[in-house]
Amino acid sequence: MSRTLKFKKGLDIKLKGAAKTELIKVEKSKLYAVKPTDFHGITPKLAVKVGNEVKAGTPLFFDKYNPEVKFVSPVSGKVEAINRGDRRKLLEVVVEADSEITYESVNPISSEAGSEEIKAYLLQNGVWPFFKQRPYDVIASAEDTPKCIYISCFDSSPLAPNNEFALKGEEKYFQAAVDVLKKLTSGDVYLGIAAETKGSSIFEGIKNANVNYFAGKHPVGNAGVQLHHINPVNKGEKVWTLRPQDMIIIGRLILEGKYDARKVIALTGSELKETAYAEIISGAQLTNTVKSRLKNEVNQRIISGNVLTGTAVSEDSYLGFYDSQITVIPEGDEYEMFGWIMPGFNKFSASKTFLSSLLPKKEYRLDANFHGEPRAFVVSEQYEKVLPMDILPVFLLKAILVDDIDKMEQLGLYELAPEDMAICEYVCTSKTEVQDIMWRGIDLMIKELGK
Amino acid sequence: MKALRNYLSKQRPKFQKGGKFGALQSTFNGIESFLYVPNHTTKSGSHLRDAIDLKRTMSIVVIALVPALLFGMYNVGYQHFLSVGDTSQSLFGLFWYGFLKVLPLIIVSYVVGLGIEFFVAQKRGHEINEGFLVSGLLIPMVMPVEAPLWMVAVATAFAVIIGKEVFGGTGMNIWNPALLARAFFFFAYPSKMSGDAVWIAEKADAFSGATPLADAAAGNISNLPSIAEMFIGLIPGSIGETSTLAILIGAVILLVTGIASWRIMFSVFAGGMLMGLILNMFAVNLFMEIPAYYHLIMGGFAFGAVFMATDPVTASQTKNGKYIYGLLVGVFAVLIRVLNPAYPEGMMLAILLMNTFAPLIDHFVVQSNINRRLKRAKVNA
Repeated sequence: MSRTLKFKKGLDIKLKGAAKTELIKVEKSKLYAVKPTDFHGITPKLAVKVGNEVKAGTPLFFDKYNPEVKFVSPVSGKVEAINRGDRRKLLEVVVEADSEITYESVNPISSEAGSEEIKAYLLQNGVWPFFKQRPYDVIASAEDTPKCIYISCFDSSPLAPNNEFALKGEEKYFQAAVDVLKKLTSGDVYLGIAAETKGSSIFEGIKNANVNYFAGKHPVGNAGVQLHHINPVNKGEKVWTLRPQDMIIIGRLILEGKYDARKVIALTGSELKETAYAEIISGAQLTNTVKSRLKNEVNQRIISGNVLTGTAVSEDSYLGFYDSQITVIPEGDEYEMFGWIMPGFNKFSASKTFLSSLLPKKEYRLDANFHGEPRAFVVSEQYEKVLPMDILPVFLLKAILVDDIDKMEQLGLYELAPEDMAICEYVCTSKTEVQDIMWRGIDLMIKELGK
Repeated sequence: MKALRNYLSKQRPKFQKGGKFGALQSTFNGIESFLYVPNHTTKSGSHLRDAIDLKRTMSIVVIALVPALLFGMYNVGYQHFLSVGDTSQSLFGLFWYGFLKVLPLIIVSYVVGLGIEFFVAQKRGHEINEGFLVSGLLIPMVMPVEAPLWMVAVATAFAVIIGKEVFGGTGMNIWNPALLARAFFFFAYPSKMSGDAVWIAEKADAFSGATPLADAAAGNISNLPSIAEMFIGLIPGSIGETSTLAILIGAVILLVTGIASWRIMFSVFAGGMLMGLILNMFAVNLFMEIPAYYHLIMGGFAFGAVFMATDPVTASQTKNGKYIYGLLVGVFAVLIRVLNPAYPEGMMLAILLMNTFAPLIDHFVVQSNINRRLKRAKVNA
């Protein structure tokens, strides 16, 4: 029986620059890259050299400690560059694309295949990195059998793409992925659907899945938040989570035997002249989609992903592996005289201390300014107001800051991904680096207790 | 204005490490961040951050204190001229007298407190924190107007050094610094903090300067001012605490902006009422018999409930903890007042006591969260 859950806690940041619901054509990019930095916790080892010819689906690098997890090229062509950073850290593997894509030939998987065979198939063909696990929100271990698999079909982050529009028409691939996933878990494949789309959602036709509806403010769309209320992760349990657009790519692999990494992404943000949806291939260079659309009125920040969890990139950089949108906002690197006492009609705050609170429907052009300096924790209950989970976030963060592993476990670190706490990081008066602290705790747990 | 900004940017390198005035980096940053919100942008984690910061939070509290402060200044003048029998002064004349009497206290508090904070921040190489913006105004408001300035200075120094910096600065202290200043003052110089002479400026000897609490403790119940007088606040007392009305205006400001916890405020008032009613039930003297709600408008109860108990650092930090914390503050405040002959005012001690126990209350709330999670794991196992 599907349930409808309403969350009272949360915060919607209303930003200017939502993507207009139209699909536009963009010039295909020449360069594509897969960035090892997108994958937290892996140690990349190269499988190619500059100059190698690759097809879509050819492994570019793999995880040193889990070599069966392969990271493949999204296009066919030639390896154009391998970019490194400080201490030879692998930053990008860049491929120059052919005008026509050729795919690695893949034997289609039989519908009778068992879970071991399916897992080997997914690992070999480069779609395994789509499988994230709870706890820790790192790439899942193929040896595990999760107690369930969770997919949230909508994204409540600021300016996030509307999946009902972006993924329309691809439902059969989504279904194929769900059918395969069902064999990999001992429990259900759960879908979280936005309550406001009840009756009209493209995901409602999906069979073999356990569907629930969710209403509320961000982070209602986060898989971790929904999971907490449906089937929470306890010590020793594993849950796998996937994003809906990645399910489509998995479905294409299963039904058509090729790694077809096309994605519909949203071009959003107050600093873009026009906003829209565009179909690109995963890892595309952003130049064609972004550069010509920049307003260039002030210093701007280009983000691969959304404003809460995305990565800042340059206009010639590449779309992140897990990202389905680009957000362009003002950088905000200017001083503001007595800014902290100004009435602030154009500033947005979760508190009611700015005059902008009198206009609840207003949309804002917000920048990346800190609006203050980092301080110790002072205000209490600020995080709890925006996190709809039975968790005490500040106590958890303090446990991480003192490396208290027992307390971290007891207070629910297993259930949280840093993206679930991103909204807490937004509202924090003391400008605490919440997501960094979360990763620190996660890394410590993985080091001490393994994945 | 651009000239000021350019000047500061040019001077900045001199105040960095290795520059000519490198040792004064914290001071420079403190002054610059007072004049300008810095141009720092986010480097990791969420790209957007809430527009609120600690400076604004503290500023809202200061704004909420202003009604009580202004009324307090007026009341100082009013009580003085009442005591000497002079009815010729205008409203402004009364206010101006009080203003001149209170201003030195405020100046001493801020200069001593901020001076120590600047020095300590500089030595530690930390940024100057905004905590004292509020404490610096709270301290004079809980003092009697005739408090000698040097004693206020010593009490402030005690509060900032022992009450805050020793623990690590803003956000780390266990006890409310303003109340520590008052407690130090009370225990170190008791004659200057109690009795009937200190609450009225330059009081005429023949005039009784007893506060309502002092009267009640002595059993002079018939001497108590009317409810209206105690609510509006034209009675003797500490500078900021007399007018429940002005304090409530401040409370509304704090609640509407969401800066102070309504849970704590309401729980404190509820606890006070509860204890008042219990005392009524078992009354063996006149003080115990006074109606329970009198306690809410007498003495420092309302001021403590709205401005002191709600200090987020020293109060309970969990939602359910706040109810327990607030309730016990109210209960103990009335209990100490009525049953303890040594302390006419129980609010300060009640809050300091509950500051000590707030972490323990939180511990139990955290433990229950942990137990819920463990129970869920066992059920699923």
